[in-house]
Amino acid sequence: MSDIPYALPDAAGHFGQYGGIFVAETLIPALDELRLAYDEARCDPAFIAEFEYELKHYVGRPSPIYHARRLSDELGGAQIYLKREDLNHTGAHKVNNCIGQAMLARRMGKKRVIAETGAGQHGVASATVAARYGMECVVYMGSEDVRRQAANVYRMKLLGASVVPVESGSKTLKDALNEAMRDWVTNISSTFYIIGTVAGPHPYPMMVRDFQTVIGKEAIVQMPELCGRQPDAVIACVGGGSNAMGIFHPYIGYDEVRLIGVEAAGDGIASGRHAASLTAGRPGVLHGNRTYLLQDANGQIIETHSVSAGLDYPGVGPEHAWLKDTGRAEYATIDDAEALAAFHRLCLTEGIIPALESSHALAHAMKIAPTMGKDKVLLVNLSGRGDKDMHTVAEKSGIQF
Amino acid sequence: MSKIQATFERLQSQGRKALIPFITAGDPDPALTVPLMHTLVEAGADIIELGVPFSDPMADGPTIQRASERALAKGVSLRQVLGMVASFRADDNVTPVVLMGYANPIEAMGLDIFAEAAFDAGVDGVLVVDYPPEEGEAFAQAMNANALDPIFLLAPTSTPERIARVGELASGYVYYVSLKGVTGSAALDVASVAARIPELRAATGVPVGVGFGIRDAATAGAVAACADAVVVGSRIIEEIERSTPDTVCTRVKTLVADLRAGVDAGSCGTPPA
Repeated sequence: MSDIPYALPDAAGHFGQYGGIFVAETLIPALDELRLAYDEARCDPAFIAEFEYELKHYVGRPSPIYHARRLSDELGGAQIYLKREDLNHTGAHKVNNCIGQAMLARRMGKKRVIAETGAGQHGVASATVAARYGMECVVYMGSEDVRRQAANVYRMKLLGASVVPVESGSKTLKDALNEAMRDWVTNISSTFYIIGTVAGPHPYPMMVRDFQTVIGKEAIVQMPELCGRQPDAVIACVGGGSNAMGIFHPYIGYDEVRLIGVEAAGDGIASGRHAASLTAGRPGVLHGNRTYLLQDANGQIIETHSVSAGLDYPGVGPEHAWLKDTGRAEYATIDDAEALAAFHRLCLTEGIIPALESSHALAHAMKIAPTMGKDKVLLVNLSGRGDKDMHTVAEKSGIQF
Repeated sequence: MSKIQATFERLQSQGRKALIPFITAGDPDPALTVPLMHTLVEAGADIIELGVPFSDPMADGPTIQRASERALAKGVSLRQVLGMVASFRADDNVTPVVLMGYANPIEAMGLDIFAEAAFDAGVDGVLVVDYPPEEGEAFAQAMNANALDPIFLLAPTSTPERIARVGELASGYVYYVSLKGVTGSAALDVASVAARIPELRAATGVPVGVGFGIRDAATAGAVAACADAVVVGSRIIEEIERSTPDTVCTRVKTLVADLRAGVDAGSCGTPPA
């Protein structure tokens, strides 16, 4: 299928020194059960066929690739292509993974799924698939995020999920993750935990990546059809890093394709108010894996900031940590102002409203395109649509609905 | 012989079981931690588990998380926790102290640097909640190289293979988590705990402490009748939460003395009804 030059993670879930299973003993049986079930499912042709059917008929895949011609012309350099994950059902790449995990939950006989969410996109995707497969769904969400993302909270409730506001710690995504882990360890036999990104204890980073690689696999077929060759660079935003792993991984064996992850610089790296764990963090252990973390000198996890709630996380998937150290992928940063400018520009030049997360990847493409020849090709993973960000953008522009 | 091993041998020769209270270092205030540690000993603690505060205590329930948050709000770091142990040691060179916490503060300091500093401060054992045996080998080596006991968790769901693996790495004692769930959860099922203890003791070759869900003297006694040690955490933190700085030592002393009486009643072979 692919010529990925490495077979990672290893059996213990390690990507070099990263990844692993850093959890309390009480969670080990749940992870063992999950690993065995996934090892079986991923080799089962019936499971794969059903996953592909769901992606096609429920999500609407393959998502198209679109040549942003006006934007490229205005910038006067490399041609920018957009992988349109924003056109998926529920409006982002998150649903690819949720379908895979919900199918696995059903196969394991679990009738209850739980999820953590920051902005609410993974919560909405989880609630969506739970409704689709007739499962009870509980979504943990920091109380601060519940307040900021009222529309998504309502959306989850419409889909039949209960949303539990988390009051501990910084009341944001990382605390929601802690709380979901506690629920899981307490309700292990009945409950499947749908993690939304390529982080957490093994097998999550591998499993979520595998479900998301549909993005890159499609792109590898679509790009030659569209422009006769593979892109010079693939660009994706990185919070936990699932959309980036999904599009990067199938390209890892294509040495001539640069892989560029874009982290959220918030108010600027120098301000300390950002979410750029790979750029400004140090390796450590959080949420079940070893990876780059934003932490203080004493090893306490620090609060992050980004205009985009989906990138507002102090860690990052362990495979990204490994790709950074090996040099196969490079990681850049884009601050809030640059992301917002890219957001507005895509609205006006192409009639596409991107998610603020994806706007980071787009902003980086817009930054480097003018320095490249017109024959060069950049593929940006437009991981989600921006409807959910209306309030944030309006607020930044001083507009009230 | 380590202080922890010596403690268990002494208790065994007396026909008694160990009481291991847990408090979080720096809660409710860094200045109260050392006095509280002495209070625990006066009330009958055999070993002290001292929690190292962490921003994301994933395996703990809300009570211990609040204790962590209070300590962090006062800026308590791992180095300060070691300082507290060192000042405790100025007046008590007998009672074993076990640090309990999460991997990241230790890794941020550096595993070997931490192990040396912990030994110098007078720490006897370390339990890192998110180092299961799979990820715990470097940790166990660093502990062994510095005469510290690496303590590991075991759960009702641990398989015989895992129990054997923990047995290879662990010294001091193993901490059997009696409930599925997090610290501070509902009451435990003593009979199902009792059924597992002989197997755990035989397979690991070290004493077995039981914790999670022990909230009163009666349960402490029932657990003491079968286990080698009884660990109580959330209940003590709750008592700290209900106290003022003036009353905290008195209230904790009363509670722990009561638990002590429960443990002694249980370990004399007369578990309370």
